[in-house]
Amino acid sequence: MSVLTTNYLTPTGREEAWRFTPIKRLHGLHDGSAIVGDRNSLVTKAGLPQGASFTRESLAPLAVSDDVIIERIRGEVSDVAHLSIDANAEIKEPIFLTRSAGALDSAELSRVRISLGTHAVATVIVENIGDTLLAEDLEISLAAGSSLTFVTLQEFDSKSVYTARHHAVVDKDATFKSITVTVGGDVVRILPTVEFTAPGASAELLGVYFATTGQFFEHRMHVDHAVPNAKSRVNFKGALAGRDAHTVWIGDVLIRAVAEGTDTYELNRNLLLTDGARADSVPNLEIETGEIVGAGHASTTGRFDDEQLFYLMSRGITLENARRLVVRGFFNEIITEIGNEEVQERLMERIDGELERAGA
Amino acid sequence: MSVLEIRGLQVSVDTENGSVEILKGVDLTIKSGETHAIMGPNGSGKSTLAYSIAGHPKYTITGGSVTLDGADVLDMTVDERAKAGLFLAMQYPVEVPGVSVSNFLRTAATALRGEAPKLRTWVAEVKGAMEALNMDPSFATRNVNEGFSGGEKKRHEIMQLELLKPKMAILDETDSGLDVDALRIVSEGVNRAKANNDLGVLLITHYTRILKYIKPDFVHVFANGKIVEEGGPDLADKLEANGYADYVSK
Ligand SMILES: Nc1ncnc2c1ncn2[C@@H]1O[C@H](COP(=O)(O)OP(=O)(O)OP(=O)(O)O)[C@@H](O)[C@H]1O
Ligand SMILES: [Mg+2]
Repeated sequence: MSVLTTNYLTPTGREEAWRFTPIKRLHGLHDGSAIVGDRNSLVTKAGLPQGASFTRESLAPLAVSDDVIIERIRGEVSDVAHLSIDANAEIKEPIFLTRSAGALDSAELSRVRISLGTHAVATVIVENIGDTLLAEDLEISLAAGSSLTFVTLQEFDSKSVYTARHHAVVDKDATFKSITVTVGGDVVRILPTVEFTAPGASAELLGVYFATTGQFFEHRMHVDHAVPNAKSRVNFKGALAGRDAHTVWIGDVLIRAVAEGTDTYELNRNLLLTDGARADSVPNLEIETGEIVGAGHASTTGRFDDEQLFYLMSRGITLENARRLVVRGFFNEIITEIGNEEVQERLMERIDGELERAGA
Repeated sequence: MSVLEIRGLQVSVDTENGSVEILKGVDLTIKSGETHAIMGPNGSGKSTLAYSIAGHPKYTITGGSVTLDGADVLDMTVDERAKAGLFLAMQYPVEVPGVSVSNFLRTAATALRGEAPKLRTWVAEVKGAMEALNMDPSFATRNVNEGFSGGEKKRHEIMQLELLKPKMAILDETDSGLDVDALRIVSEGVNRAKANNDLGVLLITHYTRILKYIKPDFVHVFANGKIVEEGGPDLADKLEANGYADYVSK
């Protein structure tokens, strides 16, 4: 796959990878016309625990990308915000990285690296708030035996445009778990991608998204089983409410011929809360070997369950509160995986607020 | 003293082949403290009656009236009916994924009492209600009815009955699927609610065994969408011996 042929090739919207994305709303992030501001908005929220460091340095990319925007970022930016966890460090408290100082009159191109040394254990929570134009190339490297919970929160205001690739390279016996939450922004397009480099690696990609009137949220997974005996799980849940709310979930899982003993399952469930919204859900499993433990996918799109609402209301709960309970309940399974009460409650309140605003 | 009055109730459901009439004029009056048993063959419309009184959206009322102390129940939303004092213990309680029992109960109690119960007394109240029905405290953190066994779901319904203190309760086959011990425990819960709140009860059942624990004042035979005979407790024994042949043959 040649970098040169894709670099600076402007997508038209007809390409498979861009066919759902409203390119006109990307403020020129895709074609190079965006005015790039001089921002390095990613900061650590509190002091870092022992065994962790946060620096800006020049780093070569971990992995090639065929995404045009990622190539543009790499062409422009050499400085990488790098959170590094020492080998054998076991950090219990989550490490918060926050993006402050956004802007809409210029764009930020950002490269981020999170790296874990061998047998390191950590939780990293990246918070995206406010309004901004942001294109991000975020790469994660998990050395052998390490374990990372990576939480990425898109809590943008209503005008943000965010395009990103979150790419994890997972080494032998390492465990990668990501929780991707998208509840704000005008256009959000995230490519959560994983490649396994040695047997025994595992990845769990979890996510929730809630799009209301006019919002476009796309999550385009790619899990590459290029080694034997790796395991992957994908579970994304989305809700939509209001006119022209549009979400896209693509689950590409590739099991290469060498990847014997692969165990994979991917799931996407969508809840359409009003008319006029659209959820695209495309699981795509490519299997090149039959010698696997398991491979499956499921995708469902449904509406409010009248029986659930009736049951709750028959106990005196108003329709509005019953809907809120059902939506919270729908997301709860994934949100609780974050493991931080404060963040979880903040997200649930945001979800309540979105629901109310959408009048669903 | 409350009165639930059902007059000439006609109800239909929408099907692929148009609307089908299920209830064909039901008349029934239940007063506080009274227990009315309804027995009748499968498909005769007993659950339809229960759901229609509670306001399930699937059913269309085509005639008649339902009032509670003179207030028009059919004009109320489902939650307003609960607030007016009606309670339905469902034949098939619904699973609500991701919503914990404790969150659900607290939300319901807040809605029905008009204010959030004080946290300290509330925790003890829920614990007491669960213990009374022999439910393990761990149920509080489980999702509503999710993965509950059939009998556990029924206990959970009666636990809510005791906690939420309605004026009138409709129990739709609460006894089905209960083992002998659970039947006694659940019946005791209903009897406590009767004693403590002067509850009026409409008890739908297929079996006389629950009537040994919860003594009915009246027994109604339900067939083909309406009440076809009424009597005292001994009518239930007659039905158990003879079946419904006399009522459905026509
Ligand atoms: N959507 C529907 N389409 C067709 N028939 C329906 C529909 N919903 C309900 N019915 C019919 O209404 C009738 C009454 O059903 P209901 O559940 O009230 O019976 P029941 O007396 O409670 O029976 P059981 O003792 O088995 O619980 C049944 O014949 C049922 O098939
Ligand atoms: Mg029934």
